[in-house]
Amino acid sequence: MSARDTILATIRRSLKAEGDEAGRRQAVEARLAAPPSGIVPKRGQLPHEEQVALFAEMATAVDATVERVAGPGQVTQALSRFLRERNLPQAVVRGTDPYLAGLDWESVPHLRTKTGIADGSEEVGLSHAFAGVAESGTAVLLSGPENPTTVNFLPETHVIVVEARDIVGDYEAMWSRLRDRFGRGTMPRTVNMVTGPSRSADIEQTLLLGAHGPRRLHLIVVDTP
Amino acid sequence: MVEITSPRFKANAREALADKDLQRALTKVPSGFIAKRAKAREKLPEFDALRDRARDIKNHTLAHLDLYLERFEAKVKENGGHVHWAADAAEAREIVLKICRDLDARTVTKGKTMISEEIGLNDYLEEQGIEPVETDLGEYIIQLRKEHPSHIIAPAIHVNRDQVEADFRRVHGHLPQDRDLTAPETLLGEARGILRDRFLKADVGITGANFLVAETGTSIIVTNEGNGDLTQTLPKAHVVLASIEKITPTLQDVSQNLRVLARSATGQDMSVYTTFSTGPRRADDPDGPGEYHVVLLDNGRSSMLGSEFEEMLRCIRCGACMNHCPVYHTVGGHAYGWVYPGPMGAVLTPSLIGVDKAGHLPNASTFCGRCEEVCPMRIPLPKMMRHWREREFERHLQPATQRWGIKGWAFFARRPALYRAASGIAMRLLGAMGRKRGRFASLPLAGGWTSHRDFPSPQGKTFQQQWAERKR
Repeated sequence: MSARDTILATIRRSLKAEGDEAGRRQAVEARLAAPPSGIVPKRGQLPHEEQVALFAEMATAVDATVERVAGPGQVTQALSRFLRERNLPQAVVRGTDPYLAGLDWESVPHLRTKTGIADGSEEVGLSHAFAGVAESGTAVLLSGPENPTTVNFLPETHVIVVEARDIVGDYEAMWSRLRDRFGRGTMPRTVNMVTGPSRSADIEQTLLLGAHGPRRLHLIVVDTP
Repeated sequence: MVEITSPRFKANAREALADKDLQRALTKVPSGFIAKRAKAREKLPEFDALRDRARDIKNHTLAHLDLYLERFEAKVKENGGHVHWAADAAEAREIVLKICRDLDARTVTKGKTMISEEIGLNDYLEEQGIEPVETDLGEYIIQLRKEHPSHIIAPAIHVNRDQVEADFRRVHGHLPQDRDLTAPETLLGEARGILRDRFLKADVGITGANFLVAETGTSIIVTNEGNGDLTQTLPKAHVVLASIEKITPTLQDVSQNLRVLARSATGQDMSVYTTFSTGPRRADDPDGPGEYHVVLLDNGRSSMLGSEFEEMLRCIRCGACMNHCPVYHTVGGHAYGWVYPGPMGAVLTPSLIGVDKAGHLPNASTFCGRCEEVCPMRIPLPKMMRHWREREFERHLQPATQRWGIKGWAFFARRPALYRAASGIAMRLLGAMGRKRGRFASLPLAGGWTSHRDFPSPQGKTFQQQWAERKR
């Protein structure tokens, strides 16, 4: 018998599951077909404008910085200003994401952009979030042809553009958006939920920012005019 | 292979108490974790209701574990990944080795995985000429020290900053000797610099899994450093090591469990990176691993189902039980003698390596109950430790004096009149003998007590006599 068969047979024997095969299968299928949502904290159950405010508040509490801009037309200038204030080079690496590609790059001619994956030589990565989750200030990033995962982790500074209309109250609401886009049971290769910049407390429980991932996380929240 | 020293628990504990560096490091355990968890709980009114929910989800999952595993496997395959089943540690090691060999791998980066510790993967890969590189800062430190984790989420919690500095100077010999490493920041920076290069050059990346999702065929890691993500994104293959009970039915269910995991562990609402991985890189993806493998390890867990230890399989490895355990605070994690320390280790270790080897662990408890009180999955840890004590007794694994002592006590305890009479006589006798000094420096059969402190001589009546009189 293969290891697989042995393990599954032992599980069934231990559970004394032999009798009720149909009932058990039905219970599993039912849960997968209509997942019960469980307990959703009240914290995020707010009017949308307050969800956006909560998202910023929670992200700030975990050491991210947040700037809100009035429309897509202001993003690149906000980005350039952020880099200048932090003494960072005017250069970012990003994927070919159409939203990012459509931003007003001409207004910031000094800002160099590299399109594609990050290889560790870049100082700043720029991503476009699929969603923001208010309850914990979490940005959700999806991998795909236009969104390389390396951009999220290799550069020391990570800037994420979050459209205010993509901010939801809770994880459950985020998953239902994802299902709407990809279909039930289907996922992109990688979904990154990012809550603050990387950190470690492995030496004497002293919390330090900037472990292997980005040392700085800056969120630009963009209103849709 | 991790050497099992659980049978030596008593000696381990004695050594731990005498170890000044360890005692210095352990003072930081209760001060940090306990307050942070309490604060996180306070901020989320639904926290305890979510714990009930998390428990119910896991109970449902365990009752249908075979079916959810089959669904998970099918979904992984559908997404172009591979699922490997390992009945025991040796099979799991072989599977990982074969994946590495097929890719001509020479270095393997590793995110934090307790399953790797359980199967003794690092030593095995090294023997086969493949270099494993731990990338979690705590794991990296203990790998340099040739030690094992002493805590399931803070593996180097037994190490002090100055010891890390000494290790870095010893191992990173190519760096200038006069560099300043006094601040933890500089130590972190140095580790980051050295490991960055290893990430970029690794052939295979191995991570654990906090959860596996049956609905989508997804594995999930929860980290703060970002090392797990670099480990799994950059190499040719991503290998996930997971035990079978990590399965969770749906993304909804996972969201419930995520809300209690980080809060119970570090007091964060969410860890920094919660990453969902489904299959290898897609056809048009610009990055990501070319292969995706999940190794499902049983190693005795399937037999725990349906037993009095089934509830232990709900554990999500947050570490709250050890963070709140007075015994762990006193002796640290290594004294437990294998991979899993603290209360969860005291219950799980006998299940996985046998009560004959690990029988001391469930005895190393004050039964204060804090572990159960804080467990996000509401695992009745003290109850299960008692089950192990019963099994140990049934299998005659305790020393003869202890067994006879318990049998003698049981004889009297079942006969209340005789018990009262005998204890009354004994106490009067002891009281008369000790009247002069008021205490005993030694007593037969009570060496465990009197070797550390005097035994006070009984004064007046027994508790039961006093109680009876008060009631009148």
